[in-house]
Amino acid sequence: MTAPKTLYDKIWDDHVVDTSEDGTCLLYIDRHLVHEVTSPQAFEGLRMAGRKVHAPEKTIAVPDHNVPTTLDRANAATMTEDSRIQVAALDKNARDFGINYYPVSDIRQGIVHIVGPEQGWTLPGMTVVCGDSHTATHGAFGSLAHGIGTSEVEHVLATQTLIQRKGKNMKVEITGSLRPGVTAKDITLSVIGATGTAGGTGYVIEYCGQAIRELSMEGRMTVCNMAIEGGARAGLIAPDEKTFAYVMGRPHAPKGAAWEAALAYWKTLYTDEGAHFDKVVTIRGEDIAPVVTWGTSPEDVLPITGAVPAPESFSGGKVDAAQRSLDYMGLTAGQKLTDIKIDTVFIGSCTNGRIEDLRAAAAILKGKKIAPGMRAMVVPGSGLVRAQAEEEGLAQIFIDAGFEWRLAGCSMCLAMNPDQLSPGERCASTSNRNFEGRQGRGGRTHLMSPQMAAAAAVTGHLTDVRELV
Amino acid sequence: MDKFTTLTGIAAPMPLVNIDTDMIIPKQFLKTIQRSGLGKNLFDEMRYTPDGAEIPEFVLNQPAYRQSQIIVAGDNFGCGSSREHAPWALLDFGIRCVISTSFADIFYNNCFKNGILPVVLPQAAVDHLMDDARKGANARINIDLENQTVTASDGTSYGFEVDAFKKHCLLNGLDDIGLTMAKASAIDAFERKAAVTRPWA
Ligand code: SF4
Repeated sequence: MTAPKTLYDKIWDDHVVDTSEDGTCLLYIDRHLVHEVTSPQAFEGLRMAGRKVHAPEKTIAVPDHNVPTTLDRANAATMTEDSRIQVAALDKNARDFGINYYPVSDIRQGIVHIVGPEQGWTLPGMTVVCGDSHTATHGAFGSLAHGIGTSEVEHVLATQTLIQRKGKNMKVEITGSLRPGVTAKDITLSVIGATGTAGGTGYVIEYCGQAIRELSMEGRMTVCNMAIEGGARAGLIAPDEKTFAYVMGRPHAPKGAAWEAALAYWKTLYTDEGAHFDKVVTIRGEDIAPVVTWGTSPEDVLPITGAVPAPESFSGGKVDAAQRSLDYMGLTAGQKLTDIKIDTVFIGSCTNGRIEDLRAAAAILKGKKIAPGMRAMVVPGSGLVRAQAEEEGLAQIFIDAGFEWRLAGCSMCLAMNPDQLSPGERCASTSNRNFEGRQGRGGRTHLMSPQMAAAAAVTGHLTDVRELV
Repeated sequence: MDKFTTLTGIAAPMPLVNIDTDMIIPKQFLKTIQRSGLGKNLFDEMRYTPDGAEIPEFVLNQPAYRQSQIIVAGDNFGCGSSREHAPWALLDFGIRCVISTSFADIFYNNCFKNGILPVVLPQAAVDHLMDDARKGANARINIDLENQTVTASDGTSYGFEVDAFKKHCLLNGLDDIGLTMAKASAIDAFERKAAVTRPWA
C-alpha cells in the first residue's frame, strides 16, 4: 500500500522526468501557453542557439496583453508602435516555429487563460505553464498550472520541461453553501483577506469543500486565478462530473476511445483519504459576504457593509502600508465603503471575463442605466464569449445600460493597451490586482465580483448588490 | 550565456536600500521584443530628466562610473516585479556583478540565468566595498567565483556563499537549457511512456 497522496502529489509524480541528488526535479510540461509580452526574448534565444520548439503541438500562442479592444483594432494605427511590433513578433514566432496560434483576427482569440480551457487545451491532470502569473486559473480543471519567467519560457520551448523543486501542500476548504449574492470572486478575495498575500508562499493550494463543489467551472477558474495573489504559485480543484461535462466535446479534448481512457485516469485525480497537508485553512461558506478591496493590496478586503479601516488598527509594517494605501486611494478611515463614489467600471479580465460573469452582470443591469457621468466597459474574455453573449442578448443589455461593448483582450486589467485610468479616476473592477498604477498611473482600483461592479455602475458608488436584487 | 570566472573592475556605489525592478527598468520599456538594448534605459527615471537629459549627479552618469561592471548596493536589491528585463538591462549596460547584503528572490535567480553574479556579503564587508567604490577609477574590486572571494583595492578579501549548481553553470557559461538538453534521452523515455499512459496529453 502506498502512502496516501494529495492531488498535487499525484500530478507531480506523474510528470517527473528526472530527479537530481539535491532534490531538484525535471518536470514534464503538457501544455505551454504563450503571449506577446513575455515570449519575444525566449524565441530570440532559441533562434540564436539554433534550437527548435521541442513540442510545437503542445504550445499555444495568443496575443492579449497589448491588443486594443476597440472595434477598429484591425487598423494597426490604433496601436502604439512598440505594441504593434510586439504583437507582430508573436505572429512571426508562432508561424516560424509552427505552434498553435490564434491571431487577433481569429474569433477564438482572447485572454490566454480563457482561450486555453475554452479550446480544450487545458485538461485534468496536466501540467500547464505560461509566462504569466495568472496561469493558476487552469488549476480549476485539476491541472498543475503556474506562471514562469522568460528564461523558463525559453527552457520549456526548447525542452518541454521545467527545472523545479516541489512545493508544499496547502488545503483551503470552504464548507457549506454560499449565501445569495455571494460569488466565486468573494470566496477567492475572502481567502486572501484571511491568509494575506504571502499566506500561500511556497505552497500549492487545493481548494475543496461543498461550496467549491457547488461552483460552476467558470467560478472555479475565478477562485484558482487568484491563488497567486495569496502567494501560491498554483491553486487546484479536483476534477468531477462538472469538469468532465465542461471538457467534453471541446476542440482539443480527447474523443471516442481516447476520451474513455482519459476519463478513467481523471477519475483517479483526487486527494486520498488521510493525505498530509502542511497547512489547512477552513472558511464557512455562510460567513462569506460580498466583498470589495479598499487598499492597494489584494489582501485589503472587507465586506461591502464595512468601513475603511484605520491604519492604526493594523500592526507592524502594515500600519505604514495602510496609510500609504489610503493616501493613494484618497480615502479616510471610518468612511463607509458604500459611500465611496465610482467613475469607471471595468468588467472583464481572466478573473471574470467568462460568459457566466457577463450573465451575472447583465442580470443586475437589465432594464437599468449606468449612473450619469460613468464610464463603463465590458471586455469579454474571448471572441467566443463575446459571440455567445451577443447571441444570448447580454450585449444588448450592456449597451442599453450605457456600457461600451468591446472586443476581447486584457484591456484595463493592466493597462498596457490604450484602456487606462487617468490619475485620480476610481474604478470598480472585476480584475485581480489593485496595485498602485496597475490600471493606469494614479488610477484607483476596487476589486469585486461582476455583480458588484454592475451594481456600482448603476448607483455610482460602491453598492451591496443584495440591495438591488 | 557568457562565462563568469573572475572580474576586476570599477564598482558603482548605490547605497540606497530596496532598489526595485521598477527603478532598474520602468514599465514603459517592457514592450521591447529583445533582451539587448535595455542598457540605455537602465535606472531610467533616476538617470534622466523627463525630457531625456542626463542627471549629472546620478552615479552612472559620472565620468568615473560610465564603465562600471559592478554595483555595490544597499539591502534588498531587485525587489518588486519578476520582470527579467531588470537583469537584461544591467547586463546590457555592462554590469556583471552586484554586491549587497541581500537580494529579492526572483531577481537573484534571474541574475544567474543571465550571466550576472549576485554576491551576498555581511554589512561590514559591503560598507568597506562601498567606500572602495566611492574612489571611482582609483579602486578596482576583484571577484573570483572559483574561489568565492571578493577582494577590495587594499587587498582585503571576503569569502561568499553560492549554490554549487549555480556556480558550476556560471563558471562554465552553461545555461539550464543546455544542461537539460543533455538529459534528452530521459525526456524521450518519458514521452514514450506518456504516449501510452496518457495519449490524449
Ligand atoms: S487579464 Fe489581466 S491578469 Fe489576466 S492575463 Fe491579462 S493582464 Fe494578466
